[in-house]
Amino acid sequence: MEPSEELLDVAIVGSGPAGLAAAARAARRGMRHLLLEKTDHLADTIFRYQKGKHVMATPPQLLLRCDLAFEAGARETVLARWAEDAAAAGIAVRHHAEVTEISGTRGDFTLGLADGTRIRAAHVVLAIGTQGNPNLLKIPGVGAPGAPVVQYTLDDPAAFVDEHIVVVGSGDAGIENALGLAADPAQGNHVTLLNRSADFAKAKDANVKALMAARDAGRIAVLTETAPNRLEAGHMVVDTRDGEARLRCDRVIARLGSAPPRAFVEKAGVAFTSAAREAFPLLSPQFETSVPGLHVIGALAGYPLIKHCLNQGHDVIEFIAGNTDLRPADEPILERVFAGLQPARPVDDWIAFLRARVSIFRPVSPLQMRELLLDATVRRYAAGEVVFVKNDVGASLFAIAEGAVEVEIDPGPPRRTATIGEGSIVGEVGLISGRRRGATVRAATPAILVELPRTAALRLIGTVPDAGAEVDRITTTRLLLQIFQSGLVAEDLAPILETARTVTARAGEAIVTEGETGDDMFVIRRGSCTVEKRIGGRPVFLRYLPAGSYFGEMAVLDGTPRTATVRAAIRSELIRLDGAAFRRLFEARPELRARTLAEMAARRALNAFIEERKDRFGSAVDLYSETAAFLVENGLGEATDALLIDERLCVGCDNCEKACADSHDGLSRLDREAGRTFAYLHVPTSCRHCEHPHCMTDCPPDAIRRGPDGEVSINDSCIGCGNCVRHCPYGVIRMDSPPPRKPGLLSWLLLGRGPGPGEPPKAWAKAERARLRTEAPPKKAVKCDMCAGKAGGPACVRACPTGAAIRVSPETFLALAGRRD
Amino acid sequence: MNAPARPSAPSTTARRAPQAIHEGFLAHRRYRWAWIAALLAGSSVLLYALDDPWPRPNGGTALGYALGTLSAGLIVWLSLLGIRKRRFTDGPWSLKAWVSAHVWLGLALAIIATLHAGFQFGWNVHTLAWALMMGVILSGVWGVVLYQRLPRQLSDNRATASERAMAAALAESDRALEAAARPLGDREAALVRDALATPAVGRSLGSRLAGRVPRCGTAAALRALPEGDPELAPLRDLLAARSVLLARIRTNARLKTWLQVWLLVHVPLTVALLAALLAHIVSVFFYW
Repeated sequence: MEPSEELLDVAIVGSGPAGLAAAARAARRGMRHLLLEKTDHLADTIFRYQKGKHVMATPPQLLLRCDLAFEAGARETVLARWAEDAAAAGIAVRHHAEVTEISGTRGDFTLGLADGTRIRAAHVVLAIGTQGNPNLLKIPGVGAPGAPVVQYTLDDPAAFVDEHIVVVGSGDAGIENALGLAADPAQGNHVTLLNRSADFAKAKDANVKALMAARDAGRIAVLTETAPNRLEAGHMVVDTRDGEARLRCDRVIARLGSAPPRAFVEKAGVAFTSAAREAFPLLSPQFETSVPGLHVIGALAGYPLIKHCLNQGHDVIEFIAGNTDLRPADEPILERVFAGLQPARPVDDWIAFLRARVSIFRPVSPLQMRELLLDATVRRYAAGEVVFVKNDVGASLFAIAEGAVEVEIDPGPPRRTATIGEGSIVGEVGLISGRRRGATVRAATPAILVELPRTAALRLIGTVPDAGAEVDRITTTRLLLQIFQSGLVAEDLAPILETARTVTARAGEAIVTEGETGDDMFVIRRGSCTVEKRIGGRPVFLRYLPAGSYFGEMAVLDGTPRTATVRAAIRSELIRLDGAAFRRLFEARPELRARTLAEMAARRALNAFIEERKDRFGSAVDLYSETAAFLVENGLGEATDALLIDERLCVGCDNCEKACADSHDGLSRLDREAGRTFAYLHVPTSCRHCEHPHCMTDCPPDAIRRGPDGEVSINDSCIGCGNCVRHCPYGVIRMDSPPPRKPGLLSWLLLGRGPGPGEPPKAWAKAERARLRTEAPPKKAVKCDMCAGKAGGPACVRACPTGAAIRVSPETFLALAGRRD
Repeated sequence: MNAPARPSAPSTTARRAPQAIHEGFLAHRRYRWAWIAALLAGSSVLLYALDDPWPRPNGGTALGYALGTLSAGLIVWLSLLGIRKRRFTDGPWSLKAWVSAHVWLGLALAIIATLHAGFQFGWNVHTLAWALMMGVILSGVWGVVLYQRLPRQLSDNRATASERAMAAALAESDRALEAAARPLGDREAALVRDALATPAVGRSLGSRLAGRVPRCGTAAALRALPEGDPELAPLRDLLAARSVLLARIRTNARLKTWLQVWLLVHVPLTVALLAALLAHIVSVFFYW
């Protein structure tokens, strides 16, 4: 076959799940097609997963509509099944076919390959993912005979024994590969990791910690500020800060990142949704780009999940083949989402309606809307119906598609409310800070609200930058209106909001420093801060500011130097608003400034009070400050609910641990004794249900969720990978398998059978399993779930005989710290 | 917009009392059970004073039966704490509330049951039950006193270390001593061997309660090694550090033992009391 002679119906670029599914559909439809894959195997991204990796099939509610079978399972099983199904469908594949350029339009595309071949096709489907091409190691000696082998992936770390391996690259991929190669000392590999810079800023904390531990244990040599220079027989020559060095080297694993494919796609004439780095190509509901006949599907279109990719591969070929009646696979699910709305209208109409009405949905493409709405709830509210109640736990975001809601600022009397109108959002503070609802919200008129669960809302903010910016804009506007209540309207704030910039502060970093001048104002978007003031040379803790709080407004009003130092309690994101813009506003409207000053007298009075009393502060204030500092240092600044033990009451009976174990499959999720103590206040090793849980960072099955009571818990879909254990900075998650059932309490009490209350010893569990002839179930991640769903609340607190154990939120215990002694 | 109700500006409302603070079991809910117990005991005393039975106050009068039934009920309920604290069922119960009620009602029981007896004592199974009950109550009072005083000492002694950290420090001290003794003579080696052989915490209850270990090898070695010998100075330093660590571990064990030892009196006496109570009730009804 000489492809350049023939005009194909469709050329499919990339053989990942999306491209493969498209090729299979095209083959089944009898279309003239060609699947172009640049490597020598199909589905390279999944091929490059480490051996045995569990491939997930999410979202579970999405139906699969595709010629390839797919269910969650080991990488090998999935790949083998696809290869089988692709062969059965009779797809035409060309391996080693790297497409370097695409030109033309519908009916006449020409694809240029790296080897000079040209391919003509009426339609093109781009399914090249977002991985791009790996950056190559460009040093002399690569590929020379006798020189070390250079590879850009690592399939199976166990495949190499007794080798000197140099890993180049300081990102997660490089570190994970190095750790994998050195994991088993029996393999006898000598692993060296090279890093051009002095630190590992690009990698996850957990990986860096594991790497440093491996280095300290002598398993991996880590060379920083070192770059590869050239390869020689059996060696790599590197440039260090002190000159050249020669490393023994049989194999090089280069993990240097990859070039994103955007430039390539843009060269073909495809327009993107925005200039933002994370933006996706502009697509029609039929996945067609701004170039007629050129389609983009899969991760490049913004759908990284395999199921979406498979469905889109199927659908795009149907659309190209002229099947305009095809409804998307998610249509039945979305019909259910809108089922409660009358009058009944087609899903596409509802989506258009939402995009037209709601400002945060405007920058979202119809395709992304479909995905977003899979998890959403859309319903009508009668006037006066409660949307959520103050102090409820809930982190979902509500968008007002029709009607208005009222926020109860003060239940009164006199009752004070604020109305939020159509097109806006409500509930965003809970979403941002991970805290309880700050006010009760009711429908002010008959209304249609879209409720997005936290994960969907965060995905929206994360993947559609303009939607994220819109959320920030709304949040900041509201906060400013609330601060400067006096007759200010949203329009006044527009010039100020234009100056808003997001800044990041490390834990402990001073954002404003007492005594300095500076008139920028800050809003805490994520994280939390502490306010301290130097009194008699010592920093005195004044208060704790959770996400959603603001500071620096006094300097804006009167230009005085900063009256206190504000530090980030944990790594925080802040919105910085330019003081000059505020000054211009106040100069234009002096009456506003005067009124605002008067209204903010209370806050100023506290500072004046402290100034006046500062000579009289004694050791009690020191203890308060130190205790608050201790709590913040122990990570309670990001907690929403933490266990605290008063050691003046704790008799060490460990009933809390026993209760925990007996309420949860026999495994305790807290370690009373471990953890730190200050001024009789003990912070045991137990989950704090962080505002932004670290454990959720990288959970492959997305098994960690924030529940209705604010608890962060792990559900049964845990695959036991241990990522959460590595990510938790507080060591509160462990991997274990539940012990067998114990005999009942009375038979222990009266007959001495079984190990008694609490977590049984490992030896008992082993003996009991031997007796019952059962295997230990696989280890899964185990952590505190705040006894969600148990009447009465957390068992640890209920089972404390003396009142030593309490569970509290940071605002409460920082106040508590102040009341002690 | 759920922000407005969360003012970050400090105002008088921000200085409100926190909702949840540590509150000990005695003070539980502003001494609720102390008041209930006082009311119960007070009204018993009042009724006893107003009652004028013939020939004398006795367990067999109407008030006597009432107080007796109340006492027996209290005894059974109080002893059920042993079950309650080990049964971690769901539900809105709090063990702290139970303990609070246990302590205050237990104290009230001393008065109520004595009034039931009408102050008649003798060498019989009835007085035995009363004596056992008083023993249980007194040991309970002792336990309450210990619970009030020892946790603070336990925390002070441990300072910022945990038991695990202390055990790890001791293991480290073992290693360091072994290494330090290796190049030294037989006499020093024998002293170190004795120091390492002495258990950190005494095995007998007596030595745990005393917080001492008889013939502690570390102390003996410190006494035996002369001060001022530069060659032995490092070993002495290690031993001195070890004795400080051991003192801390032994104090920890002593306090923990005292926190538990009263239960060795309280619980067996309770079992004996329940048996005597049964004997008392059976004998009263069948052999009166």
